[in-house]
Amino acid sequence: MSNLVFLPIFIPLFFGALLVFFNKKQKVTVNISFLVVLLSLGVSIFLSYHVFSYGPLILETGDWKAPYGIILVADKLSVIMILAVNVITLTAAIFALSSVTEKMVQHYFYPLFFLLIAGVSGAFLTGDLFNLFVFFEVLLMASYGLIIIGGSKHQFRESVKYILLNLFSSILFVTTVAFLYSVTGTVNMAQLGERVGQVEQQGILTGIGILLFIVFATKGALFPLYFWLPKSYIVPSPIVSGLFGALLTKVGVYSMLRVFTLIFSHKLELTHTFFIWIAAITMIIGVIGALSTSNVKLIIAYNIMPAIGFMLLGIGTFSAESLAGTIYYLVHDMAIKSALFFLAGLLVWHAGTSNLKKMGGYIKTAPFMGWMFFIASLILAGIPPFSGFIGKYLLLRGAMDEEHYIAAGIGLLSSLLILFSVIRIFIGAFWGELKEEPKQAVKTSGLAASAVLIAISILLGVGAEWFYPYVQAAADSLIDPQIYIDYVLKE
Amino acid sequence: MEILMSILAGTLFAAGVYLILQKQLLKIVLGTALLSHGAHLFILTMGKLNRGKPPILLEGVKNYTDPLPQALILTSIVISFGVTSFLLVLAYRTYQSNKTDMMDQLRGTDDE
Repeated sequence: MSNLVFLPIFIPLFFGALLVFFNKKQKVTVNISFLVVLLSLGVSIFLSYHVFSYGPLILETGDWKAPYGIILVADKLSVIMILAVNVITLTAAIFALSSVTEKMVQHYFYPLFFLLIAGVSGAFLTGDLFNLFVFFEVLLMASYGLIIIGGSKHQFRESVKYILLNLFSSILFVTTVAFLYSVTGTVNMAQLGERVGQVEQQGILTGIGILLFIVFATKGALFPLYFWLPKSYIVPSPIVSGLFGALLTKVGVYSMLRVFTLIFSHKLELTHTFFIWIAAITMIIGVIGALSTSNVKLIIAYNIMPAIGFMLLGIGTFSAESLAGTIYYLVHDMAIKSALFFLAGLLVWHAGTSNLKKMGGYIKTAPFMGWMFFIASLILAGIPPFSGFIGKYLLLRGAMDEEHYIAAGIGLLSSLLILFSVIRIFIGAFWGELKEEPKQAVKTSGLAASAVLIAISILLGVGAEWFYPYVQAAADSLIDPQIYIDYVLKE
Repeated sequence: MEILMSILAGTLFAAGVYLILQKQLLKIVLGTALLSHGAHLFILTMGKLNRGKPPILLEGVKNYTDPLPQALILTSIVISFGVTSFLLVLAYRTYQSNKTDMMDQLRGTDDE
C-alpha cells in the first residue's frame, strides 16, 4: 500500500519522458496527456481517501529504515496539496487544448509540463530536506524550460533574471542543508525535528532556520526578495503563467509551513514575530505594485504577493486556527490565481494588447468572460461567501486572538486594495464603449477551464463546512510535530 | 585540513559573489558555477574529512568516512552541471535576440 505514495511523482515523470518521443504529433500528445492527468487525479483522490481514513503513508525507498534512507511521507497536509495540484493540472490540460500551439508542442511543452507536476508533487511528498532541494531543482528545471517556450525577446530578458535568482537561492539551500547536517547529523525532517527539539533550538539553529527562511522567501517572493517575480510571470504563454502562479510560489510556502512547524518551532518569539512583520510588509508592497501598473497581466502577477503575505501571517501566528487558515488559503489561492491568469491571458488575446488603457467595452463581445472576471475578482478579494473569505477569516481571527492587531489591520486594508486593483481591470476592460474591435474570439476551452476553477473556488467557500474538518485535521497534525516524528521514526 | 578546505570554499564563494555582481552575462554565469563548486566543497567539509577510510559502515569497522555528504555532492554536482550548461545556452540566445549581454541594458517595461 505504501507504494501508492510514489505514484503522484512517478505517473507524470514517466509519461512526461514518454511524450518526448511524440513531439511532432500534437493529437497523440494531447490525448495521452489527458489520460495521464485523469489517471493522476484518480490516484491522488484514492491517496487522500486512504490517508484520511487510515492514517499517513510512508514509503521507505529500497527498504532503508526511516532516518537513513530516502523516504516519502504522505500525511494529511501533503495529500491536500497533492489533490489541489492534480485538480489544477486537469484544468490546465483543458486550457491547453486551445492555447498550446503546434509549435509549443514541438518544443516539448507537454514533457516539461509533466516534469513540473512531478517536481511539485515530489516537493510536497518528500520526507527529507535534501530531497526537497532535489525536487525543487526538478520543478525549477521544468520551469526554466517552460518560461522560454516561444523564444521572444522579452522572454529571454526576463527568464535570465528568474533563473539566476532561483539558482542563487538553490545554492544557498544546499549550503544551508550542509550547515544543518554538520550541526545535527541528519537531513531527515522527522529526525531533525526531534534533535532540534532536544537541544531546544540553540542560537546557531535559529540562524540556520533564518537562512532556510531566506531560501523559501526567495521561492515564494516575500518582501525584500520579490523583484524577480512580477515581470518573469507575465512573459510566458498564459497557461505557463497560470501554472507558475498556482504552483511555484506555493511550493515555497508549503516548505515554510513544513519546516517552521516541524523543525524550527521552538523559538517562536524570535522567528515567528519576524514572519508577521515580513508578511505585513509583503502585503503592502504587493498591493502597491498591483495599483501602480495598467498592464493587465502585471496586476494579476503582483496580486500573488499579498496572498503569500496572508499565508505567512498564518505561519507567524502559529495557532491551530491560523494554520488551518493558511492551508485553506493556500488551496483557494492555487485555484483562483490560475483562474485569473487564464482569464487575463484570454482577455489579452481578445483585446490584442495588455494595456488596460487601450481596452473598453468588451462585455458586449465577451459577456461570459466579463462576468467570470468579476466573480473571480470578488473571490480573490475575499468577499463572502466565496472561498477567499473563509481563509482570510480564519487567518485574521487567529491573528487577532494572538493580539497581532496591526498585521491584521494591514491584512484587512490590503484586501480592500486588492479588490480595487482587480475591479479596475473589470471596469477598464469591460465597461463603457467598445474602443477597438476585438482581435480574436474568446477560446471556449479556456473559458471552460476558468469556469471549472471558479466553480471549485465557489464550492470551497459555500461548502466550507464539508472541507473545513479535513483542513482542521491537517492543521492539528502540524501544530503537534511529535505526531509526525513518531509516525516516521516509528517509536 | 578542514581549515584549508573552509578557506578554499570561502574563497570560491567570494569570487562567485563578486562575479555575480558584474554586469556582463557570461561573468554572472561563471560566478554561479564558482558558487556551486564552493557549495560542494562546503558540503564535503561539513561531513568531516577523514582520509583513506572506507565510506561504508560495517560491523567491526570503527573508523569510516561519512558516505552521506558524498552522495549529496554527487546529486548536487549533476544538478549544477545541468543548470550551468542551460544557462550558457540561454545567455547566448539572450545575447542574440536582445543584441546585448550587459545586464543594465536587459531591462525595460515595454508592453508586448
